[in-house]
Amino acid sequence: MSKSSIAMQDGSLALQPGYADHAADALRDLRQAGDAVFADVEPHHDTAGTIQLGFWIYLMSDCLLFSGLFATYAVLHGHTAGGPTPGQLFDLPYTLTETMFLLFSSFTCGLATLAMNADKKNATLGWLAVTFALGLGFVIMEVHEFAGMVAIGATAERSAFLSCFFTLVGTHGLHVTCGLIFMAVMMAAVARKGLTATNRARLNCMMLFWHFLDIIWVGVFSLVYLSGVVH
Amino acid sequence: MNVANEAVGGHGPHGAHGGHAGHGSHGPTYKQYITGFVLAVILTAIPFALVIGHVVQDVLLVITVCATAQIIVHVVYFLHLDRSEEQRWNRMALLYVVIMVGIVLGGSLWIVYNLNHNMMPGVMHSKVWK
Repeated sequence: MSKSSIAMQDGSLALQPGYADHAADALRDLRQAGDAVFADVEPHHDTAGTIQLGFWIYLMSDCLLFSGLFATYAVLHGHTAGGPTPGQLFDLPYTLTETMFLLFSSFTCGLATLAMNADKKNATLGWLAVTFALGLGFVIMEVHEFAGMVAIGATAERSAFLSCFFTLVGTHGLHVTCGLIFMAVMMAAVARKGLTATNRARLNCMMLFWHFLDIIWVGVFSLVYLSGVVH
Repeated sequence: MNVANEAVGGHGPHGAHGGHAGHGSHGPTYKQYITGFVLAVILTAIPFALVIGHVVQDVLLVITVCATAQIIVHVVYFLHLDRSEEQRWNRMALLYVVIMVGIVLGGSLWIVYNLNHNMMPGVMHSKVWK
């Protein structure tokens, strides 16, 4: 505000003629500056991007958790303590079927992403349902495999190899189960409220998580199943 | 994702329109998912076929190469990590994790190999128990 509108007179503040115009100008300038700042920040886009980066950092820290389990398995896989060896326990065609279930679910999850980006609510829900079914198939196969091993006495306390095996593969299975719960919740949210900005941001995180689990499984079938049978 | 733009370029014209990495013209395509899926199937089939069929001697090397290649395929075609400015911090986080996993996995195997080498069961018995 310029000196012409406000002046000190006799120790008190007095307003001179024309002050209202100056004040209005100042307010307008302020509002324009504010609009420019907010247009630049774009709260919605920025929030979605930040959420995704945050979730990405969570996934990376999950990688560190798995790296510890992978390292433990790599060190102890030969310590069978006279119990069953990897070669005796693993059935590769069975593992290959499990792998294809998870890989195909990753692909259908990608199709759900495309349907979401194209604003097709029903197609998104449909592909998510297919992804869920394939993921559930994977978990059921894994539980069946574990049950078969326990039935012949190959339990987690039998040897160091089996302890590491159940911890590593079980932790991955637990992640897939959590992914299925995440997916079911998101399907219900999309069915009720549609493809809102919030649902999209959460679906993006869920899809990142699902693809990430398939990456961990590549490490599991390579290090545990394939290498185990070769040794 | 607009974080990197804000930090590096300030309020430039591109920043004003926001990063469109996730949606719109730069979003994932059918082609990307199909390419990724086909490559992943091939990279899964090769090691399984070799191990089940007992084909090659150095099969561990093939398993490692195929697994590494498949992980890269997944990251590029399914997670859509690219060289764009928007994903700078995603790449940084991934690089950090790759280094950490390398240290944890490689370091553990290296140390334990040396341990096994230096502490043979026979040597341990004669020194400790007798």
